[in-house]
Amino acid sequence: MRHVLRPLIAAAAVFALAACGSSEDPAVTAPPAETTLVLYNAQHEEVGQAWADGFTAKTGIKVELRNGSDFELANQIVAEGAASPADVFITENSPAMSLVSSKDLFAPVDAGTKAQVPPQYSSSKGDWVGVAARATVFVYNTTTVPEAELPASILDLAKPEWKDRFGISPSGADFQAIVSAVYALQGDAAGAAWLQGVKDNAKIYRGNSTIMKAANDGEVPGGVIYHYYWYGDQADGGANSAKTKLHFFGNQDPGAFVSVSGGGVLTSSKHAAQAQQFLAYMTGADGQKLLADSTALEYTVGAGVAANAKLTPLAELGAPTVDLNALNGPKIVAEMQRVGLL
Amino acid sequence: MTRSVAAGTGIRLRYPPLRLAAAVAVALLALVPLGYVVAGVVAAGGVVVDLVWRPRVGELLRNTVVLVALGTAACAAVGTAAAWLVERTDLPARPLWTGLMAAPLAVPAFVNSFGWYSLSSSFAGLGAAVLVTTLSYYPLVYLPVAAVLRGTDPAFEEMSRALGNGPWSTFVRVVLPQLRPALLGGALLVGLHLLAEFGALQSLRFDTFTTAIYDQYQSTFDGTGATALAGVLVLLCLLLLTGELSLAGRARVARLGAGTARRPTRHHLGRATPLAAGGLALLAAAALGVPLACIGYWLATSTSTAFPAGDLIRAAGTSVTLALAGAAVTTALALPVAWLVVRRRGWLSRAVERSTYVGNSLPGIVVALALITVAIRYLPGLYQTTVMLIAAYAVLFMPRAMVSLRASLEQAPPELDDVSRALGVGPAGSLLRVTLPLVARGLGAGSALVFLAVVTELTSTLLLAPIGTRTLATQFWSQSTSIHYGAAAPYALLMILISAPAAYLLTRRSRQEADR
Repeated sequence: MRHVLRPLIAAAAVFALAACGSSEDPAVTAPPAETTLVLYNAQHEEVGQAWADGFTAKTGIKVELRNGSDFELANQIVAEGAASPADVFITENSPAMSLVSSKDLFAPVDAGTKAQVPPQYSSSKGDWVGVAARATVFVYNTTTVPEAELPASILDLAKPEWKDRFGISPSGADFQAIVSAVYALQGDAAGAAWLQGVKDNAKIYRGNSTIMKAANDGEVPGGVIYHYYWYGDQADGGANSAKTKLHFFGNQDPGAFVSVSGGGVLTSSKHAAQAQQFLAYMTGADGQKLLADSTALEYTVGAGVAANAKLTPLAELGAPTVDLNALNGPKIVAEMQRVGLL
Repeated sequence: MTRSVAAGTGIRLRYPPLRLAAAVAVALLALVPLGYVVAGVVAAGGVVVDLVWRPRVGELLRNTVVLVALGTAACAAVGTAAAWLVERTDLPARPLWTGLMAAPLAVPAFVNSFGWYSLSSSFAGLGAAVLVTTLSYYPLVYLPVAAVLRGTDPAFEEMSRALGNGPWSTFVRVVLPQLRPALLGGALLVGLHLLAEFGALQSLRFDTFTTAIYDQYQSTFDGTGATALAGVLVLLCLLLLTGELSLAGRARVARLGAGTARRPTRHHLGRATPLAAGGLALLAAAALGVPLACIGYWLATSTSTAFPAGDLIRAAGTSVTLALAGAAVTTALALPVAWLVVRRRGWLSRAVERSTYVGNSLPGIVVALALITVAIRYLPGLYQTTVMLIAAYAVLFMPRAMVSLRASLEQAPPELDDVSRALGVGPAGSLLRVTLPLVARGLGAGSALVFLAVVTELTSTLLLAPIGTRTLATQFWSQSTSIHYGAAAPYALLMILISAPAAYLLTRRSRQEADR
């Protein structure tokens, strides 16, 4: 009997201790004037943490992080509604911001903060702003794809010569943005024909790293990914990218899409002033400089701070003009479900 | 037999009210995700039909069914064969094999999958999915089957041989029926895991309902499409649960007294010894060697490789604490349900027990969102506290405890409870002094299995843990999504290290029992 109870009692004690430890609110021990902001961080943890630490160092306001992915945290905020413990939400891509925005859960962004970020990287509703960006690129294996054969436009990928020769990750925000752009620029009929062609030609992967590794291994000649996976892998030793290069579509091609990481303050925030201050910090010179210097290798968008010198400058990418609020619209999702990509 | 005893005494209620209430409460907690899915389907209305009735869903249905069928069958075959070789033959170095065969439980399935995928990008599709999931989950069959093989009385087999049955026919007609409850319990766990598997399949280019549900959430950011798919997934889970029930049979496997059984006879392998040893070595190399080699490769080649001792120790401490608490609470919650279903057979206890399996077959994101929705509305004080996180673990991993407890309760003769009651011990006293010691093995095995699952849990930990909680799984995820594989590797290694004692405990528990 004793040998049964002992571990159970020990476990129960540990459980009780853990519960006590967790309920110890910092506000109880610290002076009441001190506020702690809660950041729901869907950005890379290192980026969110660097901003939080930099902000605390500058203002003394503490920031705690809850990490997760875009869709997890956005759906969590929607489920929490007015009771959300989050003050600020930052993402990797804008569709997660659009979801929260569509439920009117973001407060208007301070005018000063909006002025720091060019309007094409922010919500036209004025309830969130861009904090970073990533560019869509074509990664290709240098031995199987001669430079002369590279696709001039992402529209080329629907042609027969690209059958089974490239990978896509259709559930990714970038791919749907590209589809949106093709429909907008080419019209619905041509867009639908292109989408069917891509569905027939593409090898379907989940996630950008998987596509890049497959291209590196020669499993597939090329694929559509975000730029920073390649730069990140190169910086990490290049095990999954050494045999590949990046091709930028440019020329306002739908494939040259730039996806925006957004940041916003929630209407439910009990520390709205400090939360707005934090958003201003992230998009301001100090915050953007931290991003440029980090190993995340994402693009800066605010306060005119240049991106990391390893990257091709954002202005040279020839990105198409896309309405961020219209990404992943019901029409595009329905079209992708119709051809069976989702 | 059990039925007649239960009916014959007449001195007790069919369902003791306190135990029934406890079991029903546990079932209601476990049914929260199902309620969330059903509510979502009802709210969406007719749209669901269009979302479900399309070619893509047919493809997902085929993939999911084939993966569950092949993966479960492969785990059952590999687990049973390995258990038989280790326990019933004169294979040399038995203690080594006992440890090695259970050890893959300590390797998270997604790490195993990363390892295999790193070997080649062409490692993809159905075959790859079946291979990786089999290597990760066969111990769920191996462990209970090995325990039964170690404990059964060889007299039955000797009688069968004396009556003219050959060795194979004896295995099929005598050994296999004895293995059936253990084998089916393990296979059920594997099947449920395969329905909800995401981590191990995400890079293998093989889509199931669960991977498609993640894709739907990620791309549409609107629960409707995902909920519709989850609705179909729930139906598959119900199919699996009734299927196992109809196969399980009602034969009594309990026996009084452990003293009469002799040690099982060991079959002489002879010239087949190198083949058998080679097969087991290959299995161990595939399930352990590949992921460990992958971690080593990351550590060696990545420029981000670092061992931040403080961070690693804190994350490991948090993981161990949460896993211990999760294991204790989940096993305790499973106990009244397991008792009810074994000791008071009937449709009500069956329904209560089956309810507790559903959470394990749904994708983690669905379970997490269900608990968020319920907690923020009805229990805001508990939202994002440790209590809530542990409740999520219980919902997710209850079947691991349930299957273990159920098996050991079935082996404990109910007459002993009756004797205890007849001697004047009250119901609580009988539970504490008779039933619990008899099911000690099931409690230990169930807790260890839940511990192993909690260590690798990601989604619920991210969304429901108290803010600032960092576990080995969350930090591995964080580093690997930031493409810092070298920085992620030590967290994977530590997950394996802290899981090893639980896996070892699983082999030892059953050994002590057999040696008693």
